[in-house]
Amino acid sequence: MAGGHVHALYRHGDSALHRLRPQTKIAAAFLFVFAVVATPREAFWAFGIYALILLSLATYAGLGVKFVAIRMLVEIPFVIAALAFPFLAGGEKVTVLGIELSQSGLWDMWNVLAKATLGLLTSIVLAGTTEIANMLKGLDALRVPRVITAIMGFMIRYLDVVLGEFRRMRVAMRSRGYDPKWLGHARPYAASAGAIFIRSYERGERVYLAMASRGYTGHMPQSSLEHAPATQWLGVLIVPAFAWLVVAVAWWSL
Amino acid sequence: MHIPDGFINGATSAGFGVAAAGGVGAALRQTGKYLSDRQVPLAGLVAAFVFAAQMFNFPVISGMSGHLMGGVLAAVLIGPWAGFIVIAVVLLVQGIFFADGGLTALGLNIFNLGFIGALGGYAIYRMLLQALPKNENGVIIAAGLAAGISVPLAALGFVVQFAIGGTVDLSMGTVLTAMLGTHILIGIGEGLITAMVIGAVVRSRPDLVYGAPDYTGVRTEVLA
Repeated sequence: MAGGHVHALYRHGDSALHRLRPQTKIAAAFLFVFAVVATPREAFWAFGIYALILLSLATYAGLGVKFVAIRMLVEIPFVIAALAFPFLAGGEKVTVLGIELSQSGLWDMWNVLAKATLGLLTSIVLAGTTEIANMLKGLDALRVPRVITAIMGFMIRYLDVVLGEFRRMRVAMRSRGYDPKWLGHARPYAASAGAIFIRSYERGERVYLAMASRGYTGHMPQSSLEHAPATQWLGVLIVPAFAWLVVAVAWWSL
Repeated sequence: MHIPDGFINGATSAGFGVAAAGGVGAALRQTGKYLSDRQVPLAGLVAAFVFAAQMFNFPVISGMSGHLMGGVLAAVLIGPWAGFIVIAVVLLVQGIFFADGGLTALGLNIFNLGFIGALGGYAIYRMLLQALPKNENGVIIAAGLAAGISVPLAALGFVVQFAIGGTVDLSMGTVLTAMLGTHILIGIGEGLITAMVIGAVVRSRPDLVYGAPDYTGVRTEVLA
């Protein structure tokens, strides 16, 4: 995971992509990824087009190679799993460099790696160009229940605080000689985690009381939902629409 | 680590997406009386806690480490439906902000970790609680066992999804063995750590453990 710093997920910038209404970007991202997943694996060219679209968007938004590369690291466990497919899958075998590999396993590896990577890139572009507060507003505009977005908001706001407590706890324990080697050493860690839960819960109560004393009655003040103009919807949705066109052509030309 | 895009085909992913959205809707109705006001900040803090707990890897045996999933932990601490919502929120934030778990796979992941992990795990916890001694130790053992069982069960959820819409030509036997084998090990860690965390909380603030029956008579209002 990306080190747990939510603010590190957003790349400050002023491109048109940054300025778009968040709801249009979120909807487009979901539609785009579903198009990627629905693409037949044999259509190499289609995946090339998707990659080109995403990389040009990332470049246009000024996300930077290093930023994207670091965020891609989350995929590594799945790359390792996918690399095993050619050895595990059955069916016809092909010999590559003297090693017998399953043909369908190679196809599966390519399919999963390509789609997972493109999905990951889509999420990185979305989160990289949308500020957290705007992302929540966008989810509100897309009719995600407000309780859910409110909980998400609190979670993100206090994530660094809670993570900081976990980190300080670890440092404090290590400096007293705690060096867990296996599960049998977990008790001090779990006891501290329990203490952090109690602290988190009590902090939640304090936050509520502080808010209640400022007039909170269960609903956050309607932070002016900004409607996206139809032209903007049209301009953004053209990207996933194009992707779905690619899907249709890819299936037709099989 | 959550299911990425492309592992399960689009139609199956979309189907589980609809099911997960329905589940969240049902959970919101169940908790509607409470979650409107006082409990929203609490649920947010608990979600942050679960997320933070998931980020810290713990060595299981040398060379292999695991981390908490937290489904049963959240359900026992704040109640099954609120726990389900918290897990769904954690997965949403991980998928949308952290790119951990594919956007198309959100429904699949919420199904496995929320439906099976939190709700199913809590049901197992309640059943075990009946059979165990009616004291704090009973609560701790039941939570640990339920958490331990919930992990391979959630892995079975993935196997079912894979059987319906898997895109990889692996025999079901291979997938089943690989998923169950690794997740039984992970489950042992999950169970032990869940039991110990619940133990730490139930000994100092039993009123904060939703799933613990009131043995002391000093219960205060809890999150439902």
